[in-house]
Amino acid sequence: MRLFERIIMLDNISLLGMAPFLNVQLLLDGLLIGSLFALSAYGLALVWGVMNVKNLAQGDFVIMGGYIAVVFARNGIHPIIALPIAAIVMFAFGWLLYITIIKRVIERDLFTSLLATFGIAIVLAQGLNLAFGPDVQVAESGFKTLVLFDGNVTVSQAKLVAFGLAAILAIGLVTFMKKSRMGQAIRATSQDARAAKVMGIDTEKVYAFTFSLNAAICGAAGVLIAMVWVIQPFFGITHSIRSFVIVTAAGFGNLPGVIIAGLGLGAMEQFSGFILGAEFQQATVVGVLIGVLIWRQVQQHKHRQVVQ
Amino acid sequence: MIMNKYTLYGGTLAFGIFAPILFPAYVSQITVLWLMVVFALTWDIMGGQMGYNSLGNILFFGVGMYVCAIVQVGLHYDVAEYTAFSGAVQVHFTTSQYFSGLILGTIAAAFVSSLVAVVFGWIVFGLRGPYFAIGTLGVAIAAGELMGAWDYVGGGGGMSLPGFPGESDGSAFFYVIMFTLAVATFLFLRWLYASRFSLAINAIRDDEEKAEGMGIQTNRYKTVAWSISAFFLGISGAIFGNMTGFIEPLEVAFPTVTFGIFMVLMALLGGKGTLWGPVIGAILFHIIKEITWTYLLGWQWVALGALIVVNVVFFQQGIVGWVQEKWPEKFGIEVDEQLGIEEDSQTETAK
Repeated sequence: MRLFERIIMLDNISLLGMAPFLNVQLLLDGLLIGSLFALSAYGLALVWGVMNVKNLAQGDFVIMGGYIAVVFARNGIHPIIALPIAAIVMFAFGWLLYITIIKRVIERDLFTSLLATFGIAIVLAQGLNLAFGPDVQVAESGFKTLVLFDGNVTVSQAKLVAFGLAAILAIGLVTFMKKSRMGQAIRATSQDARAAKVMGIDTEKVYAFTFSLNAAICGAAGVLIAMVWVIQPFFGITHSIRSFVIVTAAGFGNLPGVIIAGLGLGAMEQFSGFILGAEFQQATVVGVLIGVLIWRQVQQHKHRQVVQ
Repeated sequence: MIMNKYTLYGGTLAFGIFAPILFPAYVSQITVLWLMVVFALTWDIMGGQMGYNSLGNILFFGVGMYVCAIVQVGLHYDVAEYTAFSGAVQVHFTTSQYFSGLILGTIAAAFVSSLVAVVFGWIVFGLRGPYFAIGTLGVAIAAGELMGAWDYVGGGGGMSLPGFPGESDGSAFFYVIMFTLAVATFLFLRWLYASRFSLAINAIRDDEEKAEGMGIQTNRYKTVAWSISAFFLGISGAIFGNMTGFIEPLEVAFPTVTFGIFMVLMALLGGKGTLWGPVIGAILFHIIKEITWTYLLGWQWVALGALIVVNVVFFQQGIVGWVQEKWPEKFGIEVDEQLGIEEDSQTETAK
């Protein structure tokens, strides 16, 4: 039995060697999905960097956005129209969550925010499970599939559209952070909250806005994920871990890093899903997380030796 | 206070001994109650006393469970064959075979779990704060997933353990064992927290860099603390696996979102960093859970998450911590009115 599986695994690897188009296919799928991972990871980096809240409910925000799209799609409204609505709804939800809970954990120690948001994640996942049931769902978008390289590579149009929208959102966000008053206030607060306060920035409002903005980004990413992939109430934790992997690998305030890490993670998941089998998907994400953490530690170790 | 202390010990002991006789219908629930006490106590070694909040301690519970099962079966049968034909082939364990397997398996479970703690400690102890919590959570989730893919131990289908010999289902036997384990864990930790060891791990909690600067071998202390909690968790896993009679990776052995979170919640509810806090938290949580679980009809998980949020955000000191703040003099803590600062109560009452 074991031997048999191992043969399949080797077979899959040699198959990749023999069929170059398969590589292209997996890489393309991975990069297109990875852009969506990068989007929610950027939200996490924002919240983590500005207010030092490690949001473990990140993935559940994504799934919530996805369910908004599913509800709209069921009523015949296209997911792309649902996108801004989901962002607005999630923005309001984030604000609500901020004034009830998050406000009270910002000043506390590191573990408090982690555990509090973990509690929120459980509530959200179980609430969605009660509302929609544990089945896997898709937001129907009605896009067609493109065929490239004489039928060797197929790309669903929905994925390309989602990639494009993710790119537009990312550009919009960067512009917002650079140019607008609020974006500048957010960046100032993340650099030095106290100095920002002295300069007359209402940091309380900045925190509330940052958290809500993150929820809105997640909601938008969720709509796109529901459109190109599947969602299920309990997929949230995997998305959260993905965001943590990306942010841990890239660091905060490093947008190119987040994008590259997001795309890389997407591609890595596709390849490992093909080689090891789809049931290892979560294990892959977690494995990458542990790998990144160990790598960081080795880096720190080197750094310490240099300091010594 | 001395009077109080002995009534507390006596009351708990009396409850532990007479409860199964008085409420024979609830023996298995009360057994799980003692399991919960072990969970909360072992979590608190790291989370409360040392300030390393692990979300993945359930790893050792599952490792202990599987190690014990492999030893028990492996002593007399080929494990791969046993799991491959589970159910189809009737296997029989004699009384002596059963008990020798159980004892050896439990010992192996305790030591292998400690070993796993040492190995993983080497990987995760460089991580601080939230990275540690997320890293351990990741390790526990990955362990469950990988166990589910390992056919030698039955993969995702799980494996059934040898049945308890004789007529009875062994619930009274497992009750006694689990209660003994809970008492042993408590007494061991009472001794440990009164020793220099607790001063060192408390120093790590308060300021790890300074502790290191004072010449405390922080990494060694952290590894030892983690392997102590793994030791007791491994034993509890071995016993619980035999009690349920069937083990399976995601729901029984590595239940990260149920038992794994309960242990954190119980220690926080009772008051982390105290000796009695986890015990009180575990008893209270288990009673509330057993009473309400059946009436909430699917909402229990939402309630659980909400309880975590409320506990963490509004009541982080826990029950014992709150009582200590309210009546510090009863715990032998002197409050300097002039300074107006309460002394750190946790190190005081740990004794």
